[in-house]
Amino acid sequence: MIQCKTSKEIGGMGHSLKRKEDARFIQGKGHYVDDIKLDGMLYMDIVRSPYAYAKIKKINIEKALKVPGVAAVVTGRDLEKYKLHWMPTLMGDTQMVLPTDTVMYQSQEVAAVIATSRYAAADGVDAVEVEYEVMKPVTDPFKALEKDAPVLRTDKPGKKDNHIWHWEVGDKAKTDALFKKAEVVVKENIYLPRIHVASIETCGCVADYDKVNNHLTMYMTTQAPHAIRTVIALVAGHVGLTEEKIRVISPDIGGGFGGKVPVYPGYVIAIAVSFLVGKPVKWIEDRSENLQADSFARDYHITAELAGSKSGKIQGVRFKVVADHGYADSQAAPTKFPAGLFSIGTGSYDYDTAFMEADAVYTNKPPGGVAYRCSFRVTEAVHAIERITDKFAMEVKMDPAQLRMNNFIKKEQFPWKSPTGWTYDSGDYHAALKKAMDAVGYDALRKEQAEKRKKGELMGIGISSFTEIVGAGPSKDFDILGIKMFDSAEIRVHPTGKAIARFGTKSQGQGHETTYAQIIAEELGIPAENIAVEEGDTDTAPYGLGTYASRSTPTAGAAAAVAARKLRDKARKIAAYLLEVSEADLEWEPGKFFVKGAPQKSKTIQEIVFAAYTNHPQGMEAGFEATHYYDPPNLTFPFGSYICVVDIDKETYEIKVRRFVAIDDCGNIINPMIVQGQVHGGLTQGIAPAMYEEFIYDEDGNILNGTFMDYLVPTAVESPHWETGHTVTPSPHHPIGAKGVGESPTVGAPPAIANAIVDALTPLGITHLDIPITPYKIWKALKEKGVVKPVA
Amino acid sequence: MEKEITVTINGTAHTVKVEPRLLLVHLIRENLNMTGTHIGCDTSNCGACTVLMDGKAVKSCTILAVQANGKSITTVEGLATAEGLHPIQEGFKENHALHCGFCTPGMMLRAVELLKHNPNPTEEEIRWGISGNLCRCTGYNNIVKAIQYAGAKMRGDKLPSTEPQFV
Ligand code: FES
Ligand code: FES
Repeated sequence: MIQCKTSKEIGGMGHSLKRKEDARFIQGKGHYVDDIKLDGMLYMDIVRSPYAYAKIKKINIEKALKVPGVAAVVTGRDLEKYKLHWMPTLMGDTQMVLPTDTVMYQSQEVAAVIATSRYAAADGVDAVEVEYEVMKPVTDPFKALEKDAPVLRTDKPGKKDNHIWHWEVGDKAKTDALFKKAEVVVKENIYLPRIHVASIETCGCVADYDKVNNHLTMYMTTQAPHAIRTVIALVAGHVGLTEEKIRVISPDIGGGFGGKVPVYPGYVIAIAVSFLVGKPVKWIEDRSENLQADSFARDYHITAELAGSKSGKIQGVRFKVVADHGYADSQAAPTKFPAGLFSIGTGSYDYDTAFMEADAVYTNKPPGGVAYRCSFRVTEAVHAIERITDKFAMEVKMDPAQLRMNNFIKKEQFPWKSPTGWTYDSGDYHAALKKAMDAVGYDALRKEQAEKRKKGELMGIGISSFTEIVGAGPSKDFDILGIKMFDSAEIRVHPTGKAIARFGTKSQGQGHETTYAQIIAEELGIPAENIAVEEGDTDTAPYGLGTYASRSTPTAGAAAAVAARKLRDKARKIAAYLLEVSEADLEWEPGKFFVKGAPQKSKTIQEIVFAAYTNHPQGMEAGFEATHYYDPPNLTFPFGSYICVVDIDKETYEIKVRRFVAIDDCGNIINPMIVQGQVHGGLTQGIAPAMYEEFIYDEDGNILNGTFMDYLVPTAVESPHWETGHTVTPSPHHPIGAKGVGESPTVGAPPAIANAIVDALTPLGITHLDIPITPYKIWKALKEKGVVKPVA
Repeated sequence: MEKEITVTINGTAHTVKVEPRLLLVHLIRENLNMTGTHIGCDTSNCGACTVLMDGKAVKSCTILAVQANGKSITTVEGLATAEGLHPIQEGFKENHALHCGFCTPGMMLRAVELLKHNPNPTEEEIRWGISGNLCRCTGYNNIVKAIQYAGAKMRGDKLPSTEPQFV
């Protein structure tokens, strides 16, 4: 049971407050970008390349211009005149806005049609004729690294290969030495497929340039409006759009999951066109465009190795990665971390040797990859360590739960220095796994499994005990394009004691309007229902880096608490003045200050705030407002243990997830209902790549499943009934002891499912399968082993 | 080439001239400015555009506006009445069955139809019943709960607890 310090009326931390934002969403009054309609607005649609790699010989726009309603067709050559045909990525790479000569991946933007209606724009797209000279693409990152591979990024002077960057961390010599002498070494090639965030709302914008005032209002689906404003100013400053002339508004967002962090060419073209014609321009992607061209994630080829003793003690880990970034490195990781926070791959275990390296590669596939509900490559790292740990358990013939218990970092070892340089803030891994085992009935399940195995039935139990790393991040290490990754809160309390609070983050469904209000309610005793929360307008909100990487609670949530505490300090001074006592004689309880030993002498926060405007002490600044920019001293390290139980049909290999128990620890909980909701959603985005989702490309670089017909987002039928619970290990360095939770389940679920499926198939000689694990993949693996014969 | 049609939406008749190829969802969103009905795909898979046409849940991106001529449509904007929220709206809010809210209108309308035919559905029946509607945020657990809650409310039964089972 979660202890609350505030009453239900105040609704501070720990209360399952119903969400304030829901009223508009359930009545069709949400305000998403495609709902915006401005006077004289034009519509933009995009011509895309059918080829993965081709020279553009000619773009014939004559027919398109004759289509009724079509106003203009924009090509790379048009943008070139304004030097707007290229743009930087958030990783400091470069990417075409529209091509002048060559297309580098299928569905790349080739030209834009501007028209008076959506339908006319689409007709125009059909009428644009492009002549291509098709070239042989490179789609395999390993082939791209071969010596004689054609160099793809010929736009980069002097570039002689397709290698983007090399990254490494840890002690190579020590790790290599350990692996030479270790009693047991296990190794596996693990591939994390190319997948997509597939938020139900696609990306889009309305660019509204006002020629008279030389001012741009950009409504767009962005998780990081302030950063976008700065990027626009950097890209378009030379044509007169400087930062004070740009307002970015991020309205309600229909799911983000990292896919709405990058800048896509469509946004830039819309701005350019609006700038040139002086009219608002709307661009909304179709689903297929969204899947085929934007925001892919993962595509990590990992060679994972674990070394240890025969008795089951893990001693060291070694990971080697080839990262397929497609045509450009357009992920949005912090500058110093090209492989994101992959170095969390040491996991939840106590050992002191690790070495990890990654090489990024260009191929003829769409650029990326975004941190899909993941604090920059953490999902990849956790999958590798949790899969290889199971393989190690199998090798030393130890129950995987027991092996984990034996190797966990112990509660008293925190703060714990990891061999890759992190300081884990707090944890109690034993408690979380124990709770998950009790909830699922682990011992009984193992007995049942033993019985079933005797009968040849396939039942598996899989565990994942993950450690996450979120809340980027401390300014000494974390920046995006040089901007430090702090975040901010501004609280204004009105004379009648009601407040508005604004933030540099941006909710995409996480419920910030409720949870931020609860944090402030906790600190100030003003009822959460009287605190309005606003985000997403760069003209009004304080600067911040936005919402992704589970960073909102660790950064902006902390900023809210600190700003509120500044106000409580001011309130104490005013209360002392009003009650004519010294500040030291006052005690606080949520909602009021009272005199020690004389609780009947008190002032409520509402009385105090009113006095701040009507009767404040001489010499004190009037008003009741505070702002804080929070620079976290460390990241936070949420964790959890998940257990999955599967039954596999021994003829069809259909996989049924019978149970899935998730125990999460995200430190102190702001709103249990919302935390649980985040866990449910994240788990579903975990089962998705574990069993269903993967982009498939053929040799010519054609995407074979780029629509919702064949890219299989789980429905309610594929999603199990999730069983959830929690433990609480507060973060010692966070003002409210919270850690963030949005991503934990997406990170933790895939290895639990994969481990369960492999566990079920162990009697048939299977030791590893890459996700997504489908009945067909199982059948194929068993056929290769000669266990099943091909069906006649 | 434009055709004149009359479509009743949430009780109000609209007579409009439309291109024969205009999708019902665009008629609702663009021509009539009711933006509660959403678009999430181009292959009839997501259900974000679900509305009721003569009481039947349909994907309005898969119906031409001219096919709706003479029909009666209910969108999310038509769920609440002067007395207050529809039980399905209350169910979604009370049970945290939405995060971003983008799938919610379609999901609720599908649920309304489901409950009409099956006032007391099992979890399994609900899951199959809403399998034409995708939600990327909630993981469906709470959507199931919300529909059960609305069912109970519409039947006049005792309402199930809305406390999260998160211990
Ligand atoms: S918009 Fe996806 S089914 Fe209609
Ligand atoms: S609540 Fe976001 S898609 Fe369902």
